[in-house]
Amino acid sequence: MSVADATSMPAVATETSAPTSDPARGAALTVRDVELTFRTAAGPRPALGGVTLDVAPGEVISLIGPNGSGKSTLLRVIGGLLTPDAGTVLLDGRRITGPDPAIGIAFQDPRLLPWRSVARNVTYPLELAGWSKERREARLVDVLALVDLEGTEAARPAQLSGGMRQRVALARALALEPRLLLLDEPFSALDALTRERFNLELLELWSRTSASIVVVTHSIPEAIFLGDRVVVLSSAPGRVVADLAVDLGRPRRLEALDDASLSSLARAIRGHLAAS
Amino acid sequence: MTARAFVSIAAALVVGLLVWKAIVVIGGYPPFILPPPEAVGGRLVEAWSDGIIQPHLAATLQEIVLGFAVGAGAGLVAGYALARSALIERVLSPYIVAAQATPILALAPVLYLWFGPGLPGKVLICALIVFFPIAVATMVGVRSVDAGLIELGRSLRASRRQILTTLEVPGALPSILGGMRVGVTLAVVGAIVSEWAGASRGLGVLVNLARQSLFDIPLMFATLVTIAIVGICLYAIVVLVERRLVGAR
Repeated sequence: MSVADATSMPAVATETSAPTSDPARGAALTVRDVELTFRTAAGPRPALGGVTLDVAPGEVISLIGPNGSGKSTLLRVIGGLLTPDAGTVLLDGRRITGPDPAIGIAFQDPRLLPWRSVARNVTYPLELAGWSKERREARLVDVLALVDLEGTEAARPAQLSGGMRQRVALARALALEPRLLLLDEPFSALDALTRERFNLELLELWSRTSASIVVVTHSIPEAIFLGDRVVVLSSAPGRVVADLAVDLGRPRRLEALDDASLSSLARAIRGHLAAS
Repeated sequence: MTARAFVSIAAALVVGLLVWKAIVVIGGYPPFILPPPEAVGGRLVEAWSDGIIQPHLAATLQEIVLGFAVGAGAGLVAGYALARSALIERVLSPYIVAAQATPILALAPVLYLWFGPGLPGKVLICALIVFFPIAVATMVGVRSVDAGLIELGRSLRASRRQILTTLEVPGALPSILGGMRVGVTLAVVGAIVSEWAGASRGLGVLVNLARQSLFDIPLMFATLVTIAIVGICLYAIVVLVERRLVGAR
């Protein structure tokens, strides 16, 4: 069991010097000294206080932190939805200044368009990007197969269970073949058992798409189960207080979570969360 | 429409006519106060076959359709602007509410004075009365569009126009169509009121002609029935459009 602090951990070998742009591979993400303060009616509210983070191509990073630690904010900065006051976000060495087609986002709520069928929700990003109908339909078949949603094309979101809806949202996030997938507590609304199953499926999905993933979670076991590394954010303004490697082989199995050696990692994460 | 719905509408109509007839019989009202339904029906058929109603109906329909189109169009644009700009809302709201709070009956003679007896003045009165409910419904509808969906659109690099056409319009549509239901019936009111302010043709003119000049009370009622049927038909068209556009949700 290797537990390394952010300070002692060597920089991951994905500095911006050698951008990889093989589209079949995940993207390298570099977050440098990102600061962001929200200007609210009640005065400035600092959200991110200098976040630095590296994600290697194809790596899965679990982002964990107390409520209001800016996890979702950080995800939005990486996804180009929020512009940081200071610092940079680089995707394969390219600076992110706005929403990027190489980045797919799945939000906490599915955010499906209720007036559209499953098929037209999944192909919505392709439609916006100006794909032809034939290309959209071909891609739809592939993406639905990826998330096991074949046969639901004509259904309306209201007819689906919460889990199915989240799956549609995931399919939509994958539609443009992103090389970085940002997941904001994507399964938090699901019951514990469904959630475990979805986490397994997510990892299987990941092994097939090889996208890099940053997943925000509230759950320590989930963070360990999904991540190659668990990054712990402090309470607001969020900073990285720990960056812990998960010494678990892949493919991951649910039983692996019972492994006693992981309890020390879980304890370390809990310690950092409590201290932050 | 299902057979069941059709039967219940027909039944409601029959009951209405029976109540009307009962009031005439029990109250003992003479035909120049309240003609019985069969007299009105007979006069309606007669006036229609004599070609008395058609030109008036055509004139009124033209005012309604143009007035609704202008008022709804302006209402959609203004409602969207009100929803998306706090500044526009602050600047425009007092005027819009003032225009709505001033009775159209009081406004119609003024507009007649300015625009004369032609079509533009009538279309304007119609449009004015249609404008408010549709502007408000559009504003409420656009505001009710989930901010999360707009963020999703942004994350997918949707253009301003794509956000409007794929998120805001479909999201606001149920509310907008609700406003149109109100607006289309008010358009009928607007057309009649505009004719009363001064016109040579229209169902509103025919009502006054029948009552004052011809003293043909059954014709007056037949005209009122025609106006009601116009309102019902227009309302039904909006409902059908609504079913078509948002029914499947």
